[in-house]
Amino acid sequence: MIAAAFAVLPGYLGQHVLLSISALVLGLLISLPLAIVASRVAWLRGPALGAASVIQTIPGLALLALFYPLLLMLSNFSEQVFGAGFRALGFLPALLALVLYSMLPVLRNTITALVATDPAILRAARGVGMTPRQSLLLVELPLAAPVIMAGVRTAAVWVIGTATLSTPVGQTSLGNYIFTGLQTENWVFVLFGCVAAAALALVVDRLLALAETGLAQHSRAKVIGAAVGLAIVIGASLVPIIGRAGAPVVIGTKSFEEQYILASLIGDKLRDAGFTTSERDGLGSSVIFHALAADDVGVYVDYSGTLWADQMKRRDTPDRTAVLNGVAAWLKQTQGVRDLGSLGFENAYAFAMRRDVAQRYGIHSIADLATYAPNMKIGGDYEFFGRPEWAAVKKAYGLNFAVMRQYQSNFMYRALQDGDVDVIAAFSSDGRIAQYHLQLLSDPRHALPPYDAVLLISPKYAHDRKLIDALKPLIGAINLSAMQHANLMVDRQTDKRSPAEAANWIEQQLH
Amino acid sequence: MIELQHLTKRFAGAERDAVRDLNLHVNEGELLVLIGESGCGKTTTLNMINRLTEPTAGSILIGNEDAHAKDPVELRRSMGFVFQAVGLFPHLTVEENIAITPRLLKWPADKITARVEQLFDLVRLDAATYRARLPRELSGGQRQRVGLARALAARPRIMLMDEPFGALDPLTRDDLSADYRAIHDRLGLTTILVTHDMTEAFLLADRVAVMRDGELVQQGTPHQLLAEPADAFVRTLVETPRRRAKALARAMETDSAP
Ligand SMILES: Nc1ncnc2c1ncn2[C@@H]1O[C@H](COP(=O)(O)OP(=O)(O)O)[C@@H](O)[C@H]1O
Ligand SMILES: [Mg+2]
Repeated sequence: MIAAAFAVLPGYLGQHVLLSISALVLGLLISLPLAIVASRVAWLRGPALGAASVIQTIPGLALLALFYPLLLMLSNFSEQVFGAGFRALGFLPALLALVLYSMLPVLRNTITALVATDPAILRAARGVGMTPRQSLLLVELPLAAPVIMAGVRTAAVWVIGTATLSTPVGQTSLGNYIFTGLQTENWVFVLFGCVAAAALALVVDRLLALAETGLAQHSRAKVIGAAVGLAIVIGASLVPIIGRAGAPVVIGTKSFEEQYILASLIGDKLRDAGFTTSERDGLGSSVIFHALAADDVGVYVDYSGTLWADQMKRRDTPDRTAVLNGVAAWLKQTQGVRDLGSLGFENAYAFAMRRDVAQRYGIHSIADLATYAPNMKIGGDYEFFGRPEWAAVKKAYGLNFAVMRQYQSNFMYRALQDGDVDVIAAFSSDGRIAQYHLQLLSDPRHALPPYDAVLLISPKYAHDRKLIDALKPLIGAINLSAMQHANLMVDRQTDKRSPAEAANWIEQQLH
Repeated sequence: MIELQHLTKRFAGAERDAVRDLNLHVNEGELLVLIGESGCGKTTTLNMINRLTEPTAGSILIGNEDAHAKDPVELRRSMGFVFQAVGLFPHLTVEENIAITPRLLKWPADKITARVEQLFDLVRLDAATYRARLPRELSGGQRQRVGLARALAARPRIMLMDEPFGALDPLTRDDLSADYRAIHDRLGLTTILVTHDMTEAFLLADRVAVMRDGELVQQGTPHQLLAEPADAFVRTLVETPRRRAKALARAMETDSAP
């Protein structure tokens, strides 16, 4: 597991450093001039510091999330006006949010230091014949440098820490460990991500502290030492990501383990075919679809029923094939998105029972279940009983349970095992269905919409033969039990595997 | 060389003038000492001459040219200014401090280097020892020598000195003021030196101008002031050195009596 974490470290660290450095440099280019102006123009000080403080109070994740829709709007606008949009996902929103985040400490320290310059020194600067500009450049800024540097230090630590939150807007960072780890309950990954980000922040902080004392003591050796140290850290981090040729194919994932496994599988196939790839992990369900349509994401796996209901706004539930065909046609016509087809399994809402209980009553389908429901207890996750699927299935089969309970999903499976509930609403590809040997009930009246896992290709690659040939072998190749098993490998508490390892396991099954 | 005409300054929000209707003429090559109690407007007067402070009324002629018509930055680079608080730049070495005005005037580097060497000699500091030091690594007297060298660097004809020796111990102070008088004579400078110490004024000055509450009370050679003080204030002031010398003599007598 640690080896798996180290394997992806160069890419994650490189992206993390590139993002942090860019944000800091850009932030400085904005904050420093602004602070200088504000130190001269008293009425500007309040508003500038106030605005920076307000930004600071916005939670990092929210600030990052806000930039995606904003940039998407701007991109669409620029596409209409100038004929060219830009990538609204990934680097740009993360960069802008972090730039804003970096501003407060630099602004505050620079303004404070400049305003507090000894008036006797200022008078001497004018007295020896300096223009205001010369006074600023030759005297005031050099004297303020240690305090400004302290601000830069604070900003650097904040930016490096907050950069871990840029994973959900599609920017790779050390946060990928944390978000992937949280979703798959892989605590080694979470810890690894935290430690890596903290270590990076600590090293940069120490080096900037050296620069700060160097400036305060007028020690050229210390300043140069700090600069060399920083250059080494930055250089070493960036080497693995700059040598890579060509624009990578971006593989998107939503935020659950199955998605990480499939993304890893897709990545292997593409790299085997000579593509370079990058991942945008943990995207929201709607965000990822729009990102694909806008070519910000190149490939990802979605589910037919999700597209049918959320994107096409359809409320009817025809059979599996009709939904698959309808979705593919709609994607092609309205979005220019290529639907390569189903991977071979569904991740749908399904009713699951303990095998022994189901056998005792002779229950195989939801229709069988309806007879016994009035004396049974059902468990669902926090969402299920509020969803249209529940309303539909209830109506189609006349379901009426004695008790309905809501659980966090881990507890829901335990409750079923312990007999606290008789039936649960589960996701059909969930690893725990295999783990507990549960029985899934069939849905003869097609009340529950089908959720076939479909492989989607963005408009840019829609006619890319090489890419499509590389991914074609995955279509129809993964059956439900294989997916359940792979999910279980990542999900279970003992002998836990990383998504990449689970993807390798699936790959072995393919041959 | 320097002509102040009806010079007046009232700071924004102040109730009275800091300097009122001041008329003063300083001849070329002369060392004029401006003396008066703390707060009487000496610094303000000096600052107006190189336009660190702009006068409210009146005019200043430098060598028959109206100072107000000149670019203030050019004007300041053409005069040497030694500050009460020394005002060396703490982040620059002694050498860099001394070279600052020539550097602003864009002298060629070799000319600056040569000039800095001369200045170390002129203010009697050992170049090899002090060149690379920072101001905080110097004693008060050494600092003021550097301040003096910095003011002299661009070969000004006029020196403005605001209590240059005020913060020094008596020995250093006598040393430095004697040195300065020699430099003044050797370079043929025109100097206005501010002090509140009458002994120092008499020892240094060609002429003394006495200020009180922003106004010029009397000007003349030390002899003229002693012989014909304009009023009781001036009399008390000019007699201070002699009074102190007498008090000192008496103290010595009592001390040595059996
Ligand atoms: N920048 C200023 N703003 C307002 N008042 C000032 C300023 N500088 C000096 N003053 C006032 O002007 C008067 C003369 O000050 P100053 O010329 O410094 O006196 P001196 O140098 O003789 O001690 C004092 O009352 C002082 O408080
Ligand atoms: Mg004064």
